[in-house]
Amino acid sequence: MSKQSITMNQQPIVKNYLKLSGLEPLVLNEHSNFINVGERTNVAGSRKFLRLIKEERFDEALAIARHQVDGGAQIIDVNMDDGLIDGKESMVRFLNLIAAEPDICKVPLMIDSSKWEIIEAGLQVVQGKCVVNSISLKEGEQNFIDQATLIKRYGAAVIIMAFDEDGQADTYERRIEIAERSYRVLVDKVGFASEDIIFDLNIFPVATGMDEHKKNATDFIEATRWVRANLPNANVSGGVSNVSFSFRGNNGVREAMHSVFLYHAIQAGMNIGIVNPAMLEVYDDIPTDLLERVEDVILNRRDDATERLLDFAETVKGSKKERVADLSWRENSIQDRITHALVKGVDEFIVADVEEARLQSSKPIDVIEINLMAGMNVVGDLFGAGKMFLPQVVKSARVMKKAVAYLNPFIEKDKGASIKRLGRILMATVKGDVHDIGKNIVSVVLGCNNYEIIDLGVMVPPEKIIETAKKENVDIIGLSGLITPSLDEMVYLAQEMERQNFKVPLLIGGATTSKAHTAVKINPAYSNAVVHVNDASRAVTVVGSLLNKSTSNAYVASLKEDYAAFRETFLNRGKTKNYVSIAEARKNKFKIDWTSVNLQKPKELGVQMLQQVSLKDLLPFIDWQPFFKTWDLHGKFPTILSDVVVGEQATQLYADANAVIKDVISGQLFKPKAVFGLFEANSDAKDDIIISNRGKAQVTFRTLRQQLKKREGVPNIALADFIAPESSGIQDYMGAFCVAIFGVEELSKKYKDQEDDYTAIMVQSIGDRFAEAFAEYLHKKIRTQHWGYSHNESLSNEELIKEKYLGIRPAPGYPACPDHLEKETIWELLQVEKIIGVKLTESLAMWPASAVSGYYFANEHAKYFGLGKITDDQLEDYSKRKGITKKKAQKWLFPNLANQ
Amino acid sequence: MSRIHKEILERILILDGAMGTMLQAYKFSENDFRGERFKDHPSPLKGNNDLLSLTQPQAIKEIHAEYFAAGADIVETNTFSSTTIAMVDYDLEAIVYDLNFESAKIAKEVADAFTKKEPQKPRFVAGSIGPTNRTASMSPDVDDPGYRAVTFEDLRKAYKQQVEALLDGGVDLLLVETVFDTLNAKAALFAIEEVKAERDIEIPIMLSGTITDASGRTLSGQTAEAFLISISHIPLLTVGFNCALGANLLQPHLEAIANKTNFGISAHPNAGLPNAFGEYDESAEDMAEQIEEYLKKDLINIIGGCCGTTPEHIKAIADLASKYTPRKMTSN
Repeated sequence: MSKQSITMNQQPIVKNYLKLSGLEPLVLNEHSNFINVGERTNVAGSRKFLRLIKEERFDEALAIARHQVDGGAQIIDVNMDDGLIDGKESMVRFLNLIAAEPDICKVPLMIDSSKWEIIEAGLQVVQGKCVVNSISLKEGEQNFIDQATLIKRYGAAVIIMAFDEDGQADTYERRIEIAERSYRVLVDKVGFASEDIIFDLNIFPVATGMDEHKKNATDFIEATRWVRANLPNANVSGGVSNVSFSFRGNNGVREAMHSVFLYHAIQAGMNIGIVNPAMLEVYDDIPTDLLERVEDVILNRRDDATERLLDFAETVKGSKKERVADLSWRENSIQDRITHALVKGVDEFIVADVEEARLQSSKPIDVIEINLMAGMNVVGDLFGAGKMFLPQVVKSARVMKKAVAYLNPFIEKDKGASIKRLGRILMATVKGDVHDIGKNIVSVVLGCNNYEIIDLGVMVPPEKIIETAKKENVDIIGLSGLITPSLDEMVYLAQEMERQNFKVPLLIGGATTSKAHTAVKINPAYSNAVVHVNDASRAVTVVGSLLNKSTSNAYVASLKEDYAAFRETFLNRGKTKNYVSIAEARKNKFKIDWTSVNLQKPKELGVQMLQQVSLKDLLPFIDWQPFFKTWDLHGKFPTILSDVVVGEQATQLYADANAVIKDVISGQLFKPKAVFGLFEANSDAKDDIIISNRGKAQVTFRTLRQQLKKREGVPNIALADFIAPESSGIQDYMGAFCVAIFGVEELSKKYKDQEDDYTAIMVQSIGDRFAEAFAEYLHKKIRTQHWGYSHNESLSNEELIKEKYLGIRPAPGYPACPDHLEKETIWELLQVEKIIGVKLTESLAMWPASAVSGYYFANEHAKYFGLGKITDDQLEDYSKRKGITKKKAQKWLFPNLANQ
Repeated sequence: MSRIHKEILERILILDGAMGTMLQAYKFSENDFRGERFKDHPSPLKGNNDLLSLTQPQAIKEIHAEYFAAGADIVETNTFSSTTIAMVDYDLEAIVYDLNFESAKIAKEVADAFTKKEPQKPRFVAGSIGPTNRTASMSPDVDDPGYRAVTFEDLRKAYKQQVEALLDGGVDLLLVETVFDTLNAKAALFAIEEVKAERDIEIPIMLSGTITDASGRTLSGQTAEAFLISISHIPLLTVGFNCALGANLLQPHLEAIANKTNFGISAHPNAGLPNAFGEYDESAEDMAEQIEEYLKKDLINIIGGCCGTTPEHIKAIADLASKYTPRKMTSN
C-alpha cells in the first residue's frame, strides 16, 4: 500500500504493537503503513502454485515466494489446503526450503490452513514469529482455547475469523459480537498477548445484485472501527480481493474497487491485508467518474449504485500489450540464417538450422567448413572493422560451439573427416596465478577465428606447458598472469623454451604484463618471437601474422627489432631518474602533527568474520566501469550505456550481466565470506607497523618508502607514515581484511561444460565485481560501525566508488605496497585460511580468485600513492627487517627496483 | 515473586565462568571419566565433561565452590550437553535423567552451603540447557536444503526430559544458552512451558543467544532483534548473548536488544577470541575492563563468563559490577 502511504491515524491510544519476525523484524507501530501480505503461495488461490506443488517443482514454487517479497510483500501467506496433495507434508517441505532462502525468509510467514494439523506442522519448522491463519470459535470455546494455548506456546500471532458455533458473521453486529467474545477468551482465559491478535472480519463481495450484500463493505469497515476502538492492541486484517468478486474479468474496475475499499478500511483501522499489489490502482489515479461510482458501491451511497457501476464498467476493460520479437529473418536462406545467428549471437534456432544444412550437404563436415565458417568470417571481418564488439564475438562463439557440438557425432561417424584448422594454440595461466578472464576471452576469440585452442586453465606448472606443447605439436604458446610473481614465471618459461630449442612464438598477456617487461625481460631470453598482446582483437591479427608462412619470417624479424629498440630506450629512460637514500627519504617522510589529529579507538577491536551477507546488499556497491573494460568496452558508467559507438552493445552486455546476477541471487550461487580485524598499531623509525593486542605484539607489517627525489616540500611517503609512531606515545589503530566470493569457479565451469563460454566468462567477471563490491561494502561498515570513525557518513554509492570517504584500504601487490609477501602477514594475523578458507598460492595469489585483501588506515591524512622505484639500500634494509634473504626480497620486488 | 526476581532488581547478579576450562586442569584420564559405574561402557568417554557429575562429583563441586567464592551469585549445572540428542555420541542416552538430576543436586548443595554462610547474598543454581549438536531450521546437507537432521518434536522431548530432571534435582532457574538456531530454543521454551503447566509452577528462565558473524546475525540467520521477537512469547528473567566472541565484540549485539525488551539483559562472553592454538587467553583485567563498558552504558542485569573464563575472571567482573547499579527494567 505504499502507493497511498496511509498511516494508521488517530486510533485509540495503543500501548503494545504486533511484532513479527523472519530473519528480520517486522514491528507495527503508530507510524507503520498498512502491512501487505503476499498471497500467491496459496494453492487455493493460485492454480499455478497448486500445479507446481502437485508436480513437486519446488524451485519454481520458491520463485513465486521470492517474487512476492521482491514485489514488496511484508509477510508471505502459505496455504497447502488441497485434496490432491498431502497438505502437511507439502507445508513442511516448502517452509523448510524457504528457510534456506534468506531473501525469502527474511520476512515473517503466515501459516494458512483450515486444518489444525497442518498449522501445527508449520509452526514446528519456522524459527521466526509467524502468524497463524486462522482459528475461530466455529467448533466451540474449548477447542479454540486449546489451539490458542498451543499457538502461544509456539510463539506465533493469530488471525481470528469472525466465525462461531452459529456460523460466519455477516452483519456489523455479529462481527463485533464474535470479535469481542474471541478477544475476551484469548486475553482472559488463555493469557494471549492482545497485540498478537488479528481479526479477520470477513470481507464479502458487494455489487452482487442482491440487496443483503449492499452493506458488506460498510459493515466490515464499521466493525473494523469498533474493534480498533474497543479491543485494545488488536489488529484487523482481511482478504481484499473478495470485495470485487462480482467483477471478475474486469480488472480495471476490480483494481479501483480494491483501492477504494482499502482507502476507507485503512482509515477505519484495518492494518493488515492480503492483497495482490498488481491488482491495486493508485487511489488518486482513479478517474473521477469511476471513483464516484465505485465509492457509491463500496460505501453503499445510493440504491442504484450497482447498476450504475455495471453500466460504466463496460467502458473500462483493461487491455494487454505484448511485445513480439521480430522473426522475419527466419524467412531467409539457410546460409543467411546461419550467418544471422552467428552475427547476432542467437542460439535459439541454430541446431535446427545446421540440421537442415547437414541434410543438404554431402558431408556433415561441410556444414562447419562452408556454412558456419562463412558466418564466422563475417563475424571476424566485422570485429576487425570495429563494427562488432567483444561481447558479441563471444556470443557468436557460443552459437558456433553449440552448432559444432551438434554436428560432431555425425562427423565422427563419417570416418576420415576432420576439421581443418588454421593452427593450434596452447593457452595457460602460469604457476601460482589464478586469474584467467582475459585468457579465456582471447581463447574464445581465437577459437572463433578457426584456431584450435588447448586451454590448460590456471596455475599451470611450466613442465606441463612444455610437455603439452611438445605432445600436441602446438603452433603458438600463450601465457597469462595477473600478479607480479607471474612475470618471473614467464621469464623462466621463455628460458626453458630456449634451452629446449623451441621454435614456436610466445604470446604474453594479462594485467601485470607490459610491453616494457616483455621487451626487457622475456624477449632477450628467447630467440624466437615473443609478443605482448593485451587485447583480444589484436590477438587475432598477431596470430594471423605469426602463422602466415609467407610473411611470418619478416614479421618476427620486425618484432625482434622493435622490442630490442624498445628495451634500449626503456633502460636508458630508467637511468635518468634521481633517487635519495632510504635514510634521507625517511627524514623527508609524510609528516602528521599527531597532537592535533583526532585518532579514534575502534569500537570493536579484534578479529571478526562476516558470512551472512546478502548478495543483494552488495549490488549497489558494484563499480561497473571495470566490468565493461574486461569486455573491451571503454567508457564511464552509466553514460557508456548511451554511448554512440558502444552504447547498444554495452546496454546488451549490461542486461545479460543483470540476468546472470538475477540467477546468482535467486539460486544463492555465490557465497560471500569475509574476515577482518581492527588492532592497536604503532609505527617505528624503520617504516614498520607493529600490530598489537592489549600491548602484546602480534605481527609486524613492513612498509616501503618512496625514494624518487622529490621537489622541495613534497614528502617521500610510506604507509607507516599514516600510523602514529611509538615515540609519540599515542596509541593508534589499523585494520586488515580479506573478502572473497565463493562459488564463482564452479558456476563458470558449469557453463563452460555446456559450451557456453559467454556466460562462463560473464560469471567470472561478475564474481570479480562482487568481490570488489564486497570490499567497498565492508569498508563502509568498518568506517560507520565496527571502527565507527565516520559513523554519520552519508555518501551516495557513486561517491563511495569514487572513494570520497575518510581512510584508505591499500592492498598488497598494488602501487602503495607492491610487496605480495605482506599478504602472508595478513593471513597470519587474521587466520584467513582457517576462518573463511581463502588460500594463498605459491605466487601469493588468492584462491578463490574473486577475492580482495588489504589494510585499513583511518587517518584523515591517509591517501593512496605509488611507491615507484626503490634503490638497493632499501632493498637490503627491507630484507633484514623482514628476516628474508636479499635474493628473495629481490625476486618479489623486482618491478620496483631502480637498478633493474 | 521468586527470590531471584527480587535480587535482580537490587543488584547486578554474577553468573559463573567456564566449566570446561576448569576441568582441563584436572587432566582426567579415560578411566577417570569412566569411574566405577561406566568402566565397561563400550564407547570412549573421555571428553564427556557432563559425565563427570556422576564419576568425579568432587571436582564439579570444587569448581562450583570456587566460582561462588569468587563472587558468583549463580552457578550453572554441568549439563550443557545432557540431552538424549547430544549424548548419542557417547551411547549414553539412557542416563540423561541421572546426569541432570545429579548435576543439579551437586550444585544446589554447594549453593545452599554458601547461602547458609552468607544469608545476605543468596546463591542460585541455573540448570544449563545447551543447544544440542543439531539444528532444527538448517540443513546439514548442502545438496538438500529441505532436509533436517532433527525435528521440533525430537528436541521438545529431549528438552522436556532434561528440564524435568533439572527441576527434580533442585535448580532455581533454567538457562537456555548458546542458542545458534532459534527454532531449537523455541523447542526448549515449549518444553519448559509444558512442564510448568503440568506441575503448575513458575520457574525463572534465562535465554542466551550466540552471534558469531559480524553481520550481527545468529548462525540461523536472524538479526538480534528478530531473535528477540522470536523468543519473547514466554516471560523471561533475562535475554542476552554468550560465547563465540569476547566482551568487546559482544557489546553491539547487547545494545541491539537492550532498549527493545522489558526482560533483563544477560551476557557471558568468552575470554577474548581463541588464539592460534584455539585457546582463550584474555586476562581477567582485560576482560573486566571491557565489561565495564557494558556497566557504564547501563546494559546489564546478569553478567558472567563463557569459554576460557576462570574464577579469577569472575572475581574481577564481580568486583567491578558491585560498583554499578543494574539496568532498569519493568519486573516480570
